[in-house]
Amino acid sequence: MVSTTVGDVFRSLGMRHHGEIHDFRPGALGSALAAIARNWMVIVSTCAMAVSFFSFMKLVSIAPMTFAVPMSAATFIPETLLARYLLREQVDWRRWTGIALIVVGVVFIAQ
Amino acid sequence: MQATDPRRLRAKTQFWAIVSVLSNVAGNSALTYGMQALGGIGNSPAALIGALFHPWVALGVTLLIVWTFAHMALLSWADLSYVMPVTAIGYVVTAFAGKFFLGEFVSPMRWAGIILITAGVTLVGHTEPASELQK
Repeated sequence: MVSTTVGDVFRSLGMRHHGEIHDFRPGALGSALAAIARNWMVIVSTCAMAVSFFSFMKLVSIAPMTFAVPMSAATFIPETLLARYLLREQVDWRRWTGIALIVVGVVFIAQ
Repeated sequence: MQATDPRRLRAKTQFWAIVSVLSNVAGNSALTYGMQALGGIGNSPAALIGALFHPWVALGVTLLIVWTFAHMALLSWADLSYVMPVTAIGYVVTAFAGKFFLGEFVSPMRWAGIILITAGVTLVGHTEPASELQK
């Protein structure tokens, strides 16, 4: 959970720093990837995502998906708080309500 | 400027959100199937890396690499507080895939969860993908 949250926030910071990707041709994607790979925030994000990935891989080998899935949704709350206060995104009532509904929904779906 | 045209940005965001959701759901399913087929693999890094060569785990990892790039592209123009909840529709896709492809039983509680998630995703989906475009 911690590594996913750190990974997502740094990925968002790093990609925002890079700017919008609007050219999806292979050559242009290659140069965009080369630029992104040198961005330290994206590097931190990738390391955190690797930890998150191997933790999830281990988790699904020992726990049922019904436990693993709601655990992954638990990152929504800290990530939204960080998006609002660290990334300075405009999180209006529709986003807060939507996220609350999704978190409750994920808990229900995992029953 | 083309990049700030709200309609174009919304359409592009929806397309990449669909790619992101489908690759994530398929990738996680293949990964889970592969890891469970392998059984107890211990805690060592070598065992986890070795598991990557199992065909289902390898397919799962490939799809999750596609998901990573789609997710990174989305976050280059859209808010994290938009992308994260909108891609949560993947939980609903997983439940439907379980029902229609694996014949799993969907309890009333699960249907309630599906309705709540769909309502939440619809609500967030009505906000502008990028904070700069919000009035």
